[in-house]
Amino acid sequence: MAHAYVPEIAVDREGNEHIVQGWQDDFYGGKLGFWLFMLTEVMMFGGMFLALAYYNTLHPQEFLEASASLNRLLGGTNTVILLVSALTMGLGLLKMRAGDVKGAKLMIWATILLATIFLVIKGFEWSAEYHHGIFLMHGEMLPESTMAFGKKLFFGMYFTMTGLHGVHIIIGIGLMLWLLKRINANKVNPQHYILYFNIALYWDIVHLIWVFVFPYYYMMGAATGGTSGH
Amino acid sequence: MSKTYFDETHCAIGHPKSTFMQWMLTIDHKRIGIMYAAVMFTFFFVAVATAFLMRLELFAPGQQYIDGNTFNQAFTLHGVIMIFLFIVPGIPAIFGNIVMPLMIGAKDVSFPRLNWFTFWLYILGCIIAISSLWVGNGFADTGWTFYAPYSLTTGTNVIFTLVAAFVLGMASILTGLNFLVTIHRLRAPGMTFFKMPLFVWGIYATAWIQLLATPVVGITLILAIMEKYFGIGIFDPAKGGDPVLFEHLFWIYSHPAVYLMILPAFGIMSEIIPVFSRREIFGYRTIALSSASIAGIGYLVWGHHLYTSGMADIAKTVFSFLTFFVAIPTGIKFYDWIATMYKGKIVLATPMLWALGTIITFAIGGLTGVTIAMIGVDIHLQDTYYTVAHFHYAMLGGVVFLLFAGLHYWFPLVTGRMYNEPRAKIAFYLNFIGFNLLWFPMFIAGYLGMPRRYFDYLPEFQIYHQASFIGAVIFIAGLVYMFYVLIQGWVKGPKVGVNPWRATTLEWHLPSSPPPLENHSKVPYVDFDPYEYYHGEPVVKFDENMRRID
Repeated sequence: MAHAYVPEIAVDREGNEHIVQGWQDDFYGGKLGFWLFMLTEVMMFGGMFLALAYYNTLHPQEFLEASASLNRLLGGTNTVILLVSALTMGLGLLKMRAGDVKGAKLMIWATILLATIFLVIKGFEWSAEYHHGIFLMHGEMLPESTMAFGKKLFFGMYFTMTGLHGVHIIIGIGLMLWLLKRINANKVNPQHYILYFNIALYWDIVHLIWVFVFPYYYMMGAATGGTSGH
Repeated sequence: MSKTYFDETHCAIGHPKSTFMQWMLTIDHKRIGIMYAAVMFTFFFVAVATAFLMRLELFAPGQQYIDGNTFNQAFTLHGVIMIFLFIVPGIPAIFGNIVMPLMIGAKDVSFPRLNWFTFWLYILGCIIAISSLWVGNGFADTGWTFYAPYSLTTGTNVIFTLVAAFVLGMASILTGLNFLVTIHRLRAPGMTFFKMPLFVWGIYATAWIQLLATPVVGITLILAIMEKYFGIGIFDPAKGGDPVLFEHLFWIYSHPAVYLMILPAFGIMSEIIPVFSRREIFGYRTIALSSASIAGIGYLVWGHHLYTSGMADIAKTVFSFLTFFVAIPTGIKFYDWIATMYKGKIVLATPMLWALGTIITFAIGGLTGVTIAMIGVDIHLQDTYYTVAHFHYAMLGGVVFLLFAGLHYWFPLVTGRMYNEPRAKIAFYLNFIGFNLLWFPMFIAGYLGMPRRYFDYLPEFQIYHQASFIGAVIFIAGLVYMFYVLIQGWVKGPKVGVNPWRATTLEWHLPSSPPPLENHSKVPYVDFDPYEYYHGEPVVKFDENMRRID
């Protein structure tokens, strides 16, 4: 670091010294702040799950049918990919803390690669759904389409939530590239790894959200429909 | 002559030479607070002007100056500015920034660069909101609540307003997050939670609401945007959606948001009352904990906005009872403030006048809220001028009055100078009289059936509208005069020392006035309560190294 931060000392009436916590170099403050930010993400996706659950109670049968038509093979593969990527990200953090900067960078690159594969598969899935006419502003999603209300709501929420989740993945990739840049500049190192810590936390929430999205959308109709959707 | 925070600053990027760039890039919490204040009060006057335009139109029945559509856009603009740009971010962004770190003995907030970023996010939100006046098919005409399905079908530029509300919500979340970490991490050694000044408690409770409730409205707005752009049908009954769900999701945020507005305002009240009564505050812990419980209960009452929207009777009953419960912690605060004044040496300076005025206006605003929390009464009064008068008494007569109280109270701290007291008092009386004349007739008009958001009315309501108009003229004159007095005080008021009010909290024990860049030269060890007075004199005194002498 350029210049080490020296905390101030406060003295009480008995003459005892107390260290003053400054905003500089506050590892726990940075951690707490990011945990709080994660809480807002949970509230945001929580609001969407609330809307989803409400419409599920209104149209249970149509939700099951719509869910059955999703591609469980691709969705399941993506789930595994995301879980593995969370593992690589966490292993990288452990390596960084242990002083293995090179190994940490390798793990971050692995995470970026897995995240990109996730997006590519998601793209295939969406384009297949596009060709079946269930996509935003297209075919069955149009107001005058004959698709049942329940299915329309299901797919509307599906595209919104997986889309927003995808945006989080893209932001995550951007953050990881930035993290690599900071590591190369030695701004993130085994002594100061709060940035890595928080990005790993972010990646955890991204995969955690998917862990709820996957069963709700893909698995719910598994018993009623075919095995691999379209 | 020591340097103050007006002379030097830390910047987010580099070390610019020009004063202008130093202000644009500053990460100093005091400067950021001042910039928030400048922008917010500008918008405040735009919204006041819009409201005055509506009052002008309502002076007589029939159409005079603006047509019905313009009227719809006018009340939407008024609501959007007042709620999203001014009153929700208001007190936390201005005084939370300027005063809160000083009160806990911190050098800045926990994330100063994030604070700078948040300010510019707020500015971006303002620009998006206002630009739809000129971009697209005119400003939204939905009211600030954007109720579906009308907001989805109207031809006006609702998208911009929704996006703006989302961006401003982000700014609000980040402010709350920053303050929460600051309060948890940066308190001076020895300052436990129950030794914090009560304004910090108010900011703390508010920050939790900002953090937990705002994302819900954020996602609601995203769903509405998705609906409008891509037709996903979440809130549109023509596509199977449920518009009442929008109302639920919207008020899950927006009702806690009114407590988000009032809690820091109550905090200002709790600062002013003990200082100008020269007495220790009565029931410190009950005030602190009532803030927390208002924040908690406030989450569970949103349904009282939907009594007439279609909701199960049992749900209505539950929401009605829960709403009554909010009045209890609020009542506790009021009794504590009044008990603090009892046998105190009351100094009727301008901040105290505003605080006392608010005790009257907010009591009216709060108690009329309890009446419309009753289901039967609300069926009659829903969407009438009674409701309008209620929330203006609570918001304007509560939050904004206390914001003005804080503006006078911390004025010498921020500027190092004092305004003209007699003139500031005249401004208060003008405001107080004008305010009551403006809003009180609306209770009667609303009770008799005058609906809100109408640009025309039956002739029998004219007397109330005309009384309101006269009140509006006096009120606006009072506002302009108040700001004139304050600006005059800043330019050429007499210099006063660091503690003109003889207050006890840490922000009044700075080494210079205005404060230096990094606040307290030495951080004190806090082994005392925030408001210790003995026989009308402050108990705690410090030497120049911020060590206690007594």
